[in-house]
Amino acid sequence: MAPRSVPNIMRQGRFAPWLYLLPALLIMTFFIVYPMINTISLSLKNKDGTASAATTCVAGNPCWGIFENYRYALTSEFDTRSVSTFWSSFWLSSYGNTLKWIVLMVSGTVGLGLAFAVMADRVKYEALAKSIIFMPMAVSFVGAGIIWKFVYDYGTQQVQIGLLNALVTSLGGQPIAYMSTLQVNTVALIVVGVWIWTGFCMTILSASLKSVPDEIIEAARMDGANEWSIFWKIMVPIIMPTIVVVITTMVINVLKLFDIVYVMTGGNFSTDVIANRMYTEMYKNFNVGRGTAIAVILVIAIIPFIYLNVRRFIAQEETR
Amino acid sequence: MNRDRINKIINQIPTHFIIIFMILVWVVPTFGLLITSLRPAQAINTSGWWTVLSPPRGSTEYGQYCASCHGADGTALPNANLTDPNLVQHFPRSVQLLVSLRAEINGQPHMQAVPIPESQAAANISSYMRIISGLQSSARFTFSNYIDALVGYRGTSTYQQDCAAGAAPPDIACNSSDLLNPRGMGRAFLNSLIVTIPATFLPILFAAFAGYAFAWLDFKGRFLLFSILVGLQVVPLQMTLVPISRLYAQLGLNGTFLGVWLFHTGFGMPYAIYLMRNFLGSLPRDLFEAAYIDGASHWTVFFRLVIPLAMPAIASLGIFQFLWVWNDLLVALVFLGGTTPVMTYQISNMVTSLGAGWQLLTASAFLSMLLPMIVFFSLQRYFVRGMLAGAVKG
Repeated sequence: MAPRSVPNIMRQGRFAPWLYLLPALLIMTFFIVYPMINTISLSLKNKDGTASAATTCVAGNPCWGIFENYRYALTSEFDTRSVSTFWSSFWLSSYGNTLKWIVLMVSGTVGLGLAFAVMADRVKYEALAKSIIFMPMAVSFVGAGIIWKFVYDYGTQQVQIGLLNALVTSLGGQPIAYMSTLQVNTVALIVVGVWIWTGFCMTILSASLKSVPDEIIEAARMDGANEWSIFWKIMVPIIMPTIVVVITTMVINVLKLFDIVYVMTGGNFSTDVIANRMYTEMYKNFNVGRGTAIAVILVIAIIPFIYLNVRRFIAQEETR
Repeated sequence: MNRDRINKIINQIPTHFIIIFMILVWVVPTFGLLITSLRPAQAINTSGWWTVLSPPRGSTEYGQYCASCHGADGTALPNANLTDPNLVQHFPRSVQLLVSLRAEINGQPHMQAVPIPESQAAANISSYMRIISGLQSSARFTFSNYIDALVGYRGTSTYQQDCAAGAAPPDIACNSSDLLNPRGMGRAFLNSLIVTIPATFLPILFAAFAGYAFAWLDFKGRFLLFSILVGLQVVPLQMTLVPISRLYAQLGLNGTFLGVWLFHTGFGMPYAIYLMRNFLGSLPRDLFEAAYIDGASHWTVFFRLVIPLAMPAIASLGIFQFLWVWNDLLVALVFLGGTTPVMTYQISNMVTSLGAGWQLLTASAFLSMLLPMIVFFSLQRYFVRGMLAGAVKG
């Protein structure tokens, strides 16, 4: 509960507050604000930022002038010969994959997190169960990547040392190369993301569930409501604001996600996502213009969430 | 009443079932990694980690078909010289059995003609026989993967064996200086610590100052500035990498710890200030008023009152920032790279250069998780509190 006004006795000097703010503001301007502006200007330049991006246009090919890097970033992955080739290339592009990540990972983490929060509430080993689900939050994406790469391991010989393929073969199935089979691999990577982030969603949703007044639930039980309808008609509506917060937070996280893809497939076999593609463009192809253009696209995708965050903050402040 | 209780228990069975299933899915992959990291390299590549306690492949078959026909204790064949033609003459059935046994185990059609094995094959067969007959049991667990990972040994045998045989690769010195081998996790651990400690401390200090100003000092544009800050929390890191690394190149900060400290400080700032301001703002107003009436200055209030009272917030912020920096890959990749590798960098580098060196990958991954796990399990309470106090940082 932040105070809206400061006690009179504490008003001392006009410059004192700025002295307290100085280190923080300085370092944020230097590391966040200035680079953002610079990134936008670099995205309109060529490979090494020395001339306008328009100079990289190739005669006879489509050209967007100084937005040439954006043309490359937005369209180069698509095959536009026909509608069907467009869709199939879209699904395997970094944009299609990012979309899959958002849909599957957000529904997975929020759904599982909510389900687990509700169920764990009723058992005696709640604390233990929750800290186990929460544990991957402490592990780096790189570590989690190795853990799951091992689960997904595909043995070229008879022996499967990867747990998943061992299960598949013991049930009589054919082993699958999870990391290099198209479509399957992206889903396999998303599972890792869900494994890491479910605990986060669970913790926040669980705290919110605990604030639902017991009397309301008891009253509903008295009226003969079953657990299922108590959940959907009472709990979910009450915690809806929290669910929205968790969903937006997760979307932001997914958009920025890079490490899992980098470690597990390196973006090969059509598993690329926007954030990893930016890294590849920037530090493997050394194309500053294209890399920064992708970064700007990323931030444009995030802007609606920035807006939501600020609006929520302002609304919160007004209720104080 | 009693029937209600029974009903309740029955109703709960699916709940328990689902919870335990989920816990297993969450624990088993990590557990498998731990077991694997403790197995000898050869065992890792030939059998799943879940078979670690079961007898070697083929032992049941051996017991069933072979044991009794090779002397009372079953040791005649494994110890025999299989390249001796006479011997093969004397034990035709055994040698045939041996081949078919191997064929059986490898899932191939069996009972082919039996040639006299050449020396290498014979050696392989008899060592194999010694293992499945139980004459020779190899260690199931070993720490050599961890030693190899720590010193950065990457070869076909193990660090200890190669050093004992004097066949170590040129970048291995076989003394304690190997712990600082730039390819090893020992050095990377040190680098991770050097990166993480100041990158945790600095943002907290600056955020405490700024949070205090936002919560208890009056200045123009306070609300607007703070709203911008809330927005900055979600700006992706990717947005700032190129300009900063170009600037660092000019200032000579690329590849230095100072550069990484400053970068993490800058990026941790919005969330840290947000959390600090909300926490400090929730402290009772009377406390501050009383302190001022007693004649304390802002400075005294800050160090004598605010910092001690803010300890819970500082703790949660500290854990957050610690885990965030320790687990970060992107910043380390861009600004430190291979010159001063941190743990996450070292592992990701192993994946690309080693391919399937599971013994090193699993041990390295565990080494990198050790400290965060300890921090997490001992201070989980503060971690959760920090998460609930605000949005999440990015």
